[in-house]
Amino acid sequence: MSFLAISQVSKAFGGSPVVDQVSLEVPRGEFFSLLGPSGCGKTTLLRMIAGFETPDSGTIAIDGEVMNRVPPHLRPTNMVFQSYAIFPHLNVFDNIAYGLRKLKLPKPALRARIEAMLATVRLEGLGNRAADQLSGGQRQRVALARALVREPKILLLDEPLGALDKRLREAMQIELRALQRKVGITFLLVTHDQEEALSLSDRVAVMESGKILQVAAPRELYERPANRAVADFIGEINFFHATMREIGPDSFSVNAGLLGVIQLPIANLVPGIKPGDHILLAIRPEHVLFAPEGLAGEIAAATFLGERSHFHVRIPGRSDPVAISGTVPPPGDAVHLQFPPERLIALPSRPN
Amino acid sequence: MKNRALTLYAFAYLAFLYVPVLVLPVFSFNNSEFIAFPLSGFTTRWYANLAGDSAMLHALGNSLKVGLVTSLLATMLGLSAAKAVTHYRLKGAGAALGFISLPLFVPDIVLGISLLLLLGAGGLPLSLAAVVLGHLLVCVPFALTVLVARFEGFDRNLEEASADLGENDWMTFRRVTFPLMLPGIVASLLLTFITSFDEFLIAYFLSGTEATLPVYIWGQLRFPARLPMVLALGALILTVSVALVMVAEYVRNLGVKKPMVGA
Repeated sequence: MSFLAISQVSKAFGGSPVVDQVSLEVPRGEFFSLLGPSGCGKTTLLRMIAGFETPDSGTIAIDGEVMNRVPPHLRPTNMVFQSYAIFPHLNVFDNIAYGLRKLKLPKPALRARIEAMLATVRLEGLGNRAADQLSGGQRQRVALARALVREPKILLLDEPLGALDKRLREAMQIELRALQRKVGITFLLVTHDQEEALSLSDRVAVMESGKILQVAAPRELYERPANRAVADFIGEINFFHATMREIGPDSFSVNAGLLGVIQLPIANLVPGIKPGDHILLAIRPEHVLFAPEGLAGEIAAATFLGERSHFHVRIPGRSDPVAISGTVPPPGDAVHLQFPPERLIALPSRPN
Repeated sequence: MKNRALTLYAFAYLAFLYVPVLVLPVFSFNNSEFIAFPLSGFTTRWYANLAGDSAMLHALGNSLKVGLVTSLLATMLGLSAAKAVTHYRLKGAGAALGFISLPLFVPDIVLGISLLLLLGAGGLPLSLAAVVLGHLLVCVPFALTVLVARFEGFDRNLEEASADLGENDWMTFRRVTFPLMLPGIVASLLLTFITSFDEFLIAYFLSGTEATLPVYIWGQLRFPARLPMVLALGALILTVSVALVMVAEYVRNLGVKKPMVGA
């Protein structure tokens, strides 16, 4: 059994399922993210792991022990709340020392441990600071320190960077990743921000409507989405309707309408698709190329984004424009597009 | 001039509010048994007499006992009810709050008579304990109002954070809920104490032979010679009451400006 093993867990509020038959395995020491839009059940799943909600069915086990009947205060997990929940009547030191009462440490040992933790989250010398005199970033560090000082088996983070402004958020992402490597504790992060999930995590579970759509490493999630919903949710992507023709040992061929009949490598095929099936071909904007010949179109919009630019090309006979990023088009609005076959991924046409 | 009229009105209104009350301390220092102008001289003998009046002191003791017990019980009940209605999605929470507050709108004399009849029917003696029960009816709504307001500014995540950090419900109450609620609790204790201490009608019906201070004062009004002493007593009660209400208001607002939520 994995370090964190979630098996067939369901939870409904007032009759409507919020988490639906979710199973998940997370090994020790991994930085794992639950990614999904708000209301997808990711926070409820996190709160079930912490013990604040009880699953209607299924089991949650940590390090081989089933947790279903264990109350939150006895679980080997600690949580960083979205609101941080810093105790307003305690200073930074006492906030961090809050969870160590039962250890009955002698004063010098307690002080040493808190000072070390303050240094870990880079809050040296702020132990006496009152809770209401902290900036957003400092509150977040106190919340982290307060949870980590208990050396939990799993640290749960509920949208921990959501309350910070963009620059601080990016700086904290890097720090959070470094911190996780340093302490070696399993981190389980809940976020709706795909960039955050991709940049921080070893693996990501994409959730929608209470179900897990795909669990994979960030690069695989981006390059090999398992279905349309994941492809759509992670970054921008172009879809082409197509029909599967033949599937060979090394490659398969599709009839892609405007793109004609194309031969694709077998690695780009999601399992379960049969010849004759209606499928979607997906390609990321940065993989579409401007070329002297190919699919003819006209540039409808161009956006300058600093290191790379973004274009929308309108194709006659197609309703959605094709999104392209990265390469510079030839002068003039009339262009031709190339779609490298090794970048086209075949997905089932049903949503997930 | 509109402004001048308004200023005049404001002063007239303040005079209307406070001149009658000020009559009490003024005449309590007047060296005459008759309550009439002109004043005949300054004395503190009414206050001195008061200190030697054992019946009055006994009544004062009764009032303090009733006030202390009532304020403690009302605040404990109010705390439980306030936590229940603000922390849990309860069916009928609104109705429950309404029913708890209802005694505020029932005339005290009706409450007093009802309780008198009820005690009689149950064969229970009139006593200070009966007065406490009656006072609870009118004090719990005050406690509830003060405490609900305090709980509503309370981030529920704080209690979850405490549980998450290894503390059970009782220790979470001791280490997080209670310290953060303390200003509300102190305000509730002071307000309910004052309400009980000043209450006359219910105590009049239910106290039996053990008079509380207001009941004792009412009894003294039959003796004109003792009137100045009653005025001195009234002036003292007035001073202490005003001081307590001001302390309660001050404490109630303590920490309100500090953010109670984490963000």
